[in-house]
Amino acid sequence: MRNHRLAPGLPRTFAAGLALVSLWPAGAFAETVVKIGAALSMTGPAAVYGATQKAGILAAVEDVNRSGKLPGIKLEAVIEDDASTKEQGIAVYQRFINRDKVSAIIGPTLSNTATAADPLAQAAKVPVVAVSNTAPVGITDIGTYIWRVSLTEGQVIPGALARLKAKLSFKKAALFYGNDDAFTQAGYKVMKGALDAAGIPIAGTQTFAKPDKDYSAQLTALKALSPDILLVSALAENAAGIVAQARQLGWNVPIMGGNGFNSPAFIKNAGPAAEGVYVGTAWNKVSTDAANQAFLAGMKGRGVDPDQFCAQAYTGILVIAEGIRLSGGKGSREDVRNGFLKLKNLTTPLGPFSFTKDRDGEHPSSVQIVRDGKFQIVP
Amino acid sequence: MGQQIINGLFLGSIYALFALGYTLVFGVLDILNLAHAAIFMLATFAALALVTTFHFPIFLALPAAVLFAGLVGIVLERVAFRPLRSRADSNISGLISSLAVATILEAVALEVWGPNISRFPIGTLSDARVAIPGGVVSRLQLTIIAVAVVMFLALTWLLTRTRIGREVRAVAESPRAARVLGVNVDRVIASTFFLSSALGGAAGVLFGLAFNSISPDMGRSVELKGLAVIILGGMGSMPGAVLAGFLLGLTEVFVVAHLGASWRDAVSFAGLFLILVLRPQGLLGAAGAREA
Repeated sequence: MRNHRLAPGLPRTFAAGLALVSLWPAGAFAETVVKIGAALSMTGPAAVYGATQKAGILAAVEDVNRSGKLPGIKLEAVIEDDASTKEQGIAVYQRFINRDKVSAIIGPTLSNTATAADPLAQAAKVPVVAVSNTAPVGITDIGTYIWRVSLTEGQVIPGALARLKAKLSFKKAALFYGNDDAFTQAGYKVMKGALDAAGIPIAGTQTFAKPDKDYSAQLTALKALSPDILLVSALAENAAGIVAQARQLGWNVPIMGGNGFNSPAFIKNAGPAAEGVYVGTAWNKVSTDAANQAFLAGMKGRGVDPDQFCAQAYTGILVIAEGIRLSGGKGSREDVRNGFLKLKNLTTPLGPFSFTKDRDGEHPSSVQIVRDGKFQIVP
Repeated sequence: MGQQIINGLFLGSIYALFALGYTLVFGVLDILNLAHAAIFMLATFAALALVTTFHFPIFLALPAAVLFAGLVGIVLERVAFRPLRSRADSNISGLISSLAVATILEAVALEVWGPNISRFPIGTLSDARVAIPGGVVSRLQLTIIAVAVVMFLALTWLLTRTRIGREVRAVAESPRAARVLGVNVDRVIASTFFLSSALGGAAGVLFGLAFNSISPDMGRSVELKGLAVIILGGMGSMPGAVLAGFLLGLTEVFVVAHLGASWRDAVSFAGLFLILVLRPQGLLGAAGAREA
């Protein structure tokens, strides 16, 4: 267990304070340190996400402190490894709440860990900001102190579909989903709801089961209905087979996948068949918004190639800082939460950010396309 | 319609190929070899290892893996069946010991290759497509259908026209009579297992290539289907297994297309039940059980 303390040590703060005291009238300078705990998966299966999340948090803390947005307040991030497990996540939360006395917590990397650890923060009335949990239920409904920056699939897909419709102007859609899995079934419901809301008729729906390997009968049946787009809700393993077999049938319809497709493993396993497949995403990397451009430049200056998780973690700190500002520049646990209640249209790399009444995040989503073996934003 | 028939024939050819080996052992020995699905899986991993680790082209890896499967079949017979053959209840004990071998082989595969899905590298086989009336078919699918038909014809030829074939049929009728007539029964049974497992292995490699999804539990998806096919075709009947394999493949495809995937197994197995009620010996089974 490594403990990363990011603020300069006390002696240095003290020295800096002395130097400043000589310049400012006494009393005007009283810098309060507000600690923010971040439980990130630095080891274990989710370690690949934790590393970029950490970079985003460190950068955001530095940027906020330098911006002078919070006069008299200095943010300090306390980053600990949740080891991608529930047990370690709980231990880290206990330390944050009781030992470090943090004012807010950036939630654990995985939804699974969050479901176990977040109730502790709720009980201790410590506000939590989830930056990578996408499970539609079981996160923000834990309680009134649990907030979320990351978009759920239910939020990404309707936006992505609308963007795609503007681009491809399709008239009817077909749906294909795994009906033996809670995640893929939930994804299907979101897709169906989004199609209904957009007034796009559904030409046909087919299902498969997780152990299935042969999807050609379903795909042939759907192909015969000649839809303009195929929406697929599947886990990455099935997703690769489905896309490969659709193309094998000589069916070149545009395919849009759910969050299960949002993984490099999908591209690797589907090979050339993955080219041209659309997937929704929370962060538009190529957005020309000033906030996003500044974020990209800042991360580049730090030698980090940011991904969605990095941008979301960065936004998490911006959200907490805004909460403190909106509560009149006070940094207690209650202040941060009260600030969240007022937060609206905050400028972030993810676009203008607000909370819904259920404390979930709300901001524009984007569409990616697989091109040259990589996800690229659809302009 | 044309495309769905292709889909069904393709799926059916894999079922038929798998069931051919399954029913061969049953026809000769009256025992169900439950390790057949494990050999199906093991041969696929063998081909995968040859392609990825030793950089074999697939047209060499396929026969090598089939040969490997056949040899595993001989070992299987020696270890799991032969020691039990003199027992009165050898049918049941053989069933159990083959199940044990299946479990062991699956555990070994799990240890060596892990639970995740393995894949042949992209481009192992050309995915070139051929247009046919009403659809497209890949060269791979044509290859698989052709291999199934050729293997069936070769097996028929082997059993009806060669000396070993006559011996196999003699042992199937009565091992004791065959032995009296000078047939080396142990050798014939070992050959039967070799052939059976080689067919199962071929089915596995082709299945792995077709769906490019290889895992230690991949045999389970065809195990029950294979059993259904050999019952439907008539236990021990090879033309029956081929006919029933194609029939099941086509049925599944049309049920999925018109009723939905959730109905697939329900309708297939209900059909199986119905046929067995009307024709207990199966489609091409001999009337009345043969007493070996």
